[in-house]
Amino acid sequence: MARLWGVVVSRHRNGGPRQGLFSRRTLIRVLVVLTLSLGVNYLVWRWLYSVNWANWWIAVPLVLAETYSLVDAFLFGATMWRLRQRGEPPPPPLGATVDVFITTYNEPIELVMATARAAAAIRHPHQTWILDDGCRDEMRAAAAADGIGYLTRSPDWENRPRHAKAGNLNNALFATEGEFLLILDADQIPDPAILDRTLGYFRDPQVALVQTPQYFTNVDDSDPLGSQAPLFYGPIQQGKDGWNAAFFCGSNAVLRREALMQLGVVGYVREVDKAVRAALATAARVIATARAEARAQGPAVTAALDQVAAAVQEARSALRAGEPIAEVTFRFQQRVSDASRSVVSSDVEAMRADLAAIAALPVEADRELGAVVMDDVALERLAQRDWSPLGALESVKALIAAVDVDLAHEAQPVMAMATISVTEDMATAMRLHALGWRTVYHHEILAHGLAPEDLGTMLHQRLRWSQGTLQVMLKENPLVQRGLSVGQRLMYFATMWSYLSGFAALVYLAAPMLYLFFGIRPVQTFGGDFLAHLVPYLVATQLLFLVVGHGIKTWRGQQYSLALFPLWIRACTTAVGNVFFGRSLGFVVTPKTRPTGKNPFPWRLIRPQLVAMVLLVAAAVVGLVRLALGLAPTAQGTWINVVWVVYDLVVLSVVIQAARYTGYQNPEHVEPDNTASQGGAS
Amino acid sequence: MIELDTEVGDGAAVIRPSGRLTMIVTPHLRTLITDTVRSGRNRIVVDLSACEFVDSSGLGALIAGLKTARQAGGDLRIAGVGPQIATVLRLTNLDRVLRAHDTVSGALDAG
Repeated sequence: MARLWGVVVSRHRNGGPRQGLFSRRTLIRVLVVLTLSLGVNYLVWRWLYSVNWANWWIAVPLVLAETYSLVDAFLFGATMWRLRQRGEPPPPPLGATVDVFITTYNEPIELVMATARAAAAIRHPHQTWILDDGCRDEMRAAAAADGIGYLTRSPDWENRPRHAKAGNLNNALFATEGEFLLILDADQIPDPAILDRTLGYFRDPQVALVQTPQYFTNVDDSDPLGSQAPLFYGPIQQGKDGWNAAFFCGSNAVLRREALMQLGVVGYVREVDKAVRAALATAARVIATARAEARAQGPAVTAALDQVAAAVQEARSALRAGEPIAEVTFRFQQRVSDASRSVVSSDVEAMRADLAAIAALPVEADRELGAVVMDDVALERLAQRDWSPLGALESVKALIAAVDVDLAHEAQPVMAMATISVTEDMATAMRLHALGWRTVYHHEILAHGLAPEDLGTMLHQRLRWSQGTLQVMLKENPLVQRGLSVGQRLMYFATMWSYLSGFAALVYLAAPMLYLFFGIRPVQTFGGDFLAHLVPYLVATQLLFLVVGHGIKTWRGQQYSLALFPLWIRACTTAVGNVFFGRSLGFVVTPKTRPTGKNPFPWRLIRPQLVAMVLLVAAAVVGLVRLALGLAPTAQGTWINVVWVVYDLVVLSVVIQAARYTGYQNPEHVEPDNTASQGGAS
Repeated sequence: MIELDTEVGDGAAVIRPSGRLTMIVTPHLRTLITDTVRSGRNRIVVDLSACEFVDSSGLGALIAGLKTARQAGGDLRIAGVGPQIATVLRLTNLDRVLRAHDTVSGALDAG
C-alpha cells in the first residue's frame, strides 16, 4: 500500500515525509522549467516552420492539439511547483463538536450500516447521521436499531428542486449543530482515527476544509478500470495544496460549519439580488403583455397594472440607490397589494350596485350570493392578492412573486453546498476559496471505499465527474472569479482544462492514420529537424512524470486520459448543451454494487475505441505496404507514424481489459455477495 | 437566552436573543420565529442589542425567519446592531438585503 501511495501513507506518528523534500521539490522544479522550455521551443518551431499549410485541415488541428498538450504540461508544472507535503497533523482543538454525515440514496441497507457502525466507532466525540435521500423505512429502522441518527428531507423540499447530494447535505446542515462535519459516501468505511488526524488543522481559524484521499479496497494491483487515482490523491492534490487550492472531493473530508454557512448566506444574497433584478428587468415586457390580457377585464385592472408598473419603476430606482433589497421588495409588495385591493373594491362596488339593482327588481334575489358578498371575511379574502383579477394574470403573478426576498422556488433560502453543478464539491471549494478560506489536503488514507466493478458503471461515474467539472467551468469560470489568487485560478482551470483532452486525442488518432493510409503530411517534414525538436521535449516530459510519480502507478491514468476520448467529448457537448441550452445531462446516480449475472462483452460501450483500434492496425499495415511499394513519402515518416500508431494502440488497449473485467476477486476467498468485500478492508 | 416580547402591538412581536447567537441556539431561534408567525404575529423585529456575537448560522436563522414572515404576508427586521454584527453583515453582503435599524420602534415604524 505504501508503494502505491508513494510519499506519505504509513501511519508512523513521527518522523518524516519531509526528509529529502527540498531536494525532490528542487528536482521537480528543474524538470518543470526544462520541460516547458523544450516544449515552447518545439511548439514555436511547429507553428512557425513546420505546419504543412497545404493540408491545413489536419495540420492546424494537429498543431492546436499539441498546443493544448503544452498548456496542459504548463498547468501540471504549475501544480507541481509548490508540491506541499504536510507532516504530522496538530492535535484536535479542545471540545470540537462534530457531526458525521453518511450520504445515501439507494445503496443496500447493509452496506450503509457497515459504514455507519464504523462511523459510530470513530474515537473523537461526535454524532453520526445517515442522510437517507431514498427515505426508506428499512434504513430508518436499521439506523434506529443501532442508535444512529437518521435524517431525510424536510417537507419544504416537496415539489422543489432537490439538488441531489448537495441538497441532501444542505437539508442536514439545518437539522444539526456540530461545529465540524465529516462527510462520507455510503461505502466509505472510516478509520477510528479519522477525526483525530484531521481536526487539528482547524486550529487555524481560516481553515474551512480538510480533504483526505479516496482509496478503494475492491481493486487489485492491475486495476483495469483505473479506479485508484494515486496521482490525483497524491502529487496533484499536494501541489494544489501548495497554492491553497486543495479540492473538496465530496467524501472523506471534514468541513467547518461556519464556512459553509457563510457560503450559504453570501449565496443567498447573490441569488436574491439576481432574482429581484431579473424580475424587475423583464417587468416592462410582462406588464405590456398583461395589459393586452387585461383589456377584457375592464379599466380598473388596467389602472392597477399602471400602479404595478409605477411600483416597478420605484423599486428599480431604490435598488440603484443602494437601498436594502428587503425594504425595496416589502414596499413593492405593499403597493401591489394596494393595487389589487383597489381592483377588488371597485369590483365589489360594481357588484353591490348590481345586487341593489337585483334586489329592487320584483324577482327573487339570490340570498346566498348576497350573503357571500356582504360577508366581511369573504371581502377580506377577495382583497388578498391571489384572489383579485390582478392575480388571475399569471405573468404578473409570477413577476410579483419574484420581486421578493424569500427565494420561494427553493426549499431553503440558504444553500451552503453549491447547487450549480452535479458535482457539488468542486464548486463549493472554489466558492470557499473565493471568500478567503483555506483548505488542506491531508495525505493519509483514513477511509476505505468501494469502486465500481464494471465498465458501464465506471463510465457513468467518469461522465458525471467530467460533466460536473465542465458545468462549473462554464458557469463560474475560475479565471474570472473575484477573490481567487492567480495560483488558485490556475489550479481550478488545470482540472477543467484536462477534461478537454478528448478533442486532442481525436487528432492524435487521426493524424497517423491519414499519413499511413494516404500519405497526407500534417507537418513539412518528419525528418531530422522534427525529431531534434520533439524528442528532447518528450524525454523531459517523461522524466518529470517519472520523478513526480515516483513509486505511484500513473500509467492507468495516462491511458484513460486518451482512451476515454469519446466520453470526454460527450461530457463537453452535454455540459455545453446543459449550461447554454438548458438540456438534460442524462445524469445517472452511480451504483456501488456489481450488477448480478454474467454480462456479455460490452461492445456498445467501447465501440468508438474498437473502431479506432481496427483503423490504426489497418493504417500500420497499409503504411508498411506503401513503404515496400515505394509509395510512402519518406521511410522515416512511415516509421515515426508506425511507432505513433503502436503507442496509440497500447494506450487504447486498456478499454479491452476493462471490458473483459468481471469484478474484484478477493485474493483470500471468493466473496459470497456484493457487500462481503467491505469486511476485508485492509 | 432568547426573550419574546409580544406587547408591541397587534400582529407584531420582538425577539431578543442575548449573548452569542451561534449554531447552538439557532434551532431555538428558528422555532421561535416560526411559532410566533404561526400564532398570527407576522411582523417580527429581532432586537440584537443584547447580542455580542452572531455567526453565519445565526444569520441563516434570520434569513429563514425572513422567509417565514414574508410568506405569511409579514416581515422580519433587525434592530440594535452592534459593531461585530455590523461587520458580519457587511462581510456576507447581508446588509444588501436587510437594513440594520437603530431601535425596535424605528424598525416597527419603517416602510
